[in-house]
Amino acid sequence: MAIVAQSSKLSNVLWPVLAWIVGLLFFFPIFWMVLTSFKTDADAVKPEYLLWFTPTLDNYLNMTENYDYWRFARNSVITSVFATIFTLVVGIPAAYAMAFNPTKRTKDVLMWMLSTKMLPAAAVLYPMTFLTKSLGLFDTHFMIILVLSLINLPIVIWMLFTYFKEIPKDIIEAGKMDGVDTLGEIKEILIPLAWGGIASTALLCFIFCWNEAYWTVRLTTTDAATLSKLIEGNRAPEGLFFGRLSAVSTAAVGPIVVLGWFCQKQLVQGLTFGAVK
Amino acid sequence: MGRIQLENVTKSFGDVEVIPPLNLTIEDGEFAVFVGPSGCGKSTLLRLIAGLEETSSGNVIIDDEDMTEVPPSKRGLAMVFQSYALYPHMTVRKNIAFPMRMAGLDEDEQEKRITAAAKALNLTDYLDRKPGQLSGGQRQRVAIGRAIVRDPSAFLFDEPLSNLDAALRVGMRLEISEMHNRMQTTMIYVTHDQVEAMTMADRIVVLQAGVIEQVGSPLELYHEPRNKFVAGFIGSPKMNFISGDEAAKHGAHTIGIRPEHTEVSTTEGLWKGVVGVAEHLGSDTFIHVHDTGLAGTFTVRITGDIAVRHGDTVYLTPQADQIHKFDTEGLRVA
Repeated sequence: MAIVAQSSKLSNVLWPVLAWIVGLLFFFPIFWMVLTSFKTDADAVKPEYLLWFTPTLDNYLNMTENYDYWRFARNSVITSVFATIFTLVVGIPAAYAMAFNPTKRTKDVLMWMLSTKMLPAAAVLYPMTFLTKSLGLFDTHFMIILVLSLINLPIVIWMLFTYFKEIPKDIIEAGKMDGVDTLGEIKEILIPLAWGGIASTALLCFIFCWNEAYWTVRLTTTDAATLSKLIEGNRAPEGLFFGRLSAVSTAAVGPIVVLGWFCQKQLVQGLTFGAVK
Repeated sequence: MGRIQLENVTKSFGDVEVIPPLNLTIEDGEFAVFVGPSGCGKSTLLRLIAGLEETSSGNVIIDDEDMTEVPPSKRGLAMVFQSYALYPHMTVRKNIAFPMRMAGLDEDEQEKRITAAAKALNLTDYLDRKPGQLSGGQRQRVAIGRAIVRDPSAFLFDEPLSNLDAALRVGMRLEISEMHNRMQTTMIYVTHDQVEAMTMADRIVVLQAGVIEQVGSPLELYHEPRNKFVAGFIGSPKMNFISGDEAAKHGAHTIGIRPEHTEVSTTEGLWKGVVGVAEHLGSDTFIHVHDTGLAGTFTVRITGDIAVRHGDTVYLTPQADQIHKFDTEGLRVA
């Protein structure tokens, strides 16, 4: 008894301390970024102004006035929203078919879809750039939405598939007996039942789209350029401007952090789904 | 109308044939029960009729119309599932209304049928609750209500009472039988419980490994089982089987004696044995007798009570006109 009590006392202290350390480690870069965004570019690199400095909004004003932040933000919203919608429109029926009418090849198909994520993006960079340019789709919303949809589709289908598998097959079959066709089954039964799962999948997909940088940076110049492109644009040409870069980054992650905060419950549920049953 | 015919229907899952060619006709208004041990193909057969499984070959004919290729929603059948399969996100009212809404029935008619079904099934007070707030018995009533309002040509029941406790099961059994008497609609009922089969069916279909062993009324199966399997499956407790010399005396390879067709005496009788366990139910007593010189334990069912206990010596005598005879193949011999 005594040993049990002691070890539990120890773990009562140890685990929270460990959790705090890990939490701070994760939080620190964000904190650092936000802090730096309020420094001038000159102050940002001086160790003596590490924590104590005169805060300024110049970086933010500069960003909205000279860099057209809102245009980039609007592009991010358009491409992320439409890519998420498109992914769900394709992903829900696909996951439905595999969850409720599996064939011998269903597992292979799922694996194959996942395997497309294993292909390094760099390997298809040249053909993709060439293709988009020759099709006249370079720097268009359409192309970015298509690319964002395609790179997220495997994950979305996998997630939805896992959710749909949890719905008893009998309920879908009862629907069939009650005179519902396939579309009706999805609309009347599947979507209302899997609503939580679909919402968290949509949210994750949106976040992935929002944060995507590899393709949005390379397949856009101005018209369809997203916030990733704005961050990238502030990186190099005139040397490193940490203050400005931090402000742009903070403004880019801001909306998604706020969205994530409001949807915390769904997110955690979505990420841990199936892990503990 | 609700006449259902299966013509040379087969079903295979991969290389495994679960239903070899099978022919069966269920007449309009009949209460047919598919019974058999787990994995005998009875649920598969029901699902083939429902259209939830595709036949590998053969035809499913409903009211003289070939429905083999018709999807479940267009077959005009209603099904009640073992798991109730209610829509958890809808209230009882919406659950019951669902098939009517899908069929495009006008709202007044829907409401009329919901009210009637709710009244018949004692659900009036629960119409605005969600399935999660109901007990198992109430949920099963909702599932039945959802089936009734469609006015189907036949009802399909897939072990609908298996998830209920014993007392509720008996009550629901009666309700379903009464419903059948009232509606006179064809019902096909799948169960592994031979008591349900005996009490509810007009006709019982006994299945083993996808093969129909016998089709007949409950009493036909009880009195004239076509083979050892049916003899052993129908009746509770199970029939006693005796092979060897005792069977040879009756000109058979095996003889079968039902527990209730055996007399017990503490003083004299044909076979002497020792009481292993005596189960006193009040109305009946089941006595399991060992060391009779016959193979295994011999079970006897006595109406009323009898004062025997573990270790007592008893004498058993089968009723001569109630001995079932089977040949080496297990088939009944007259």
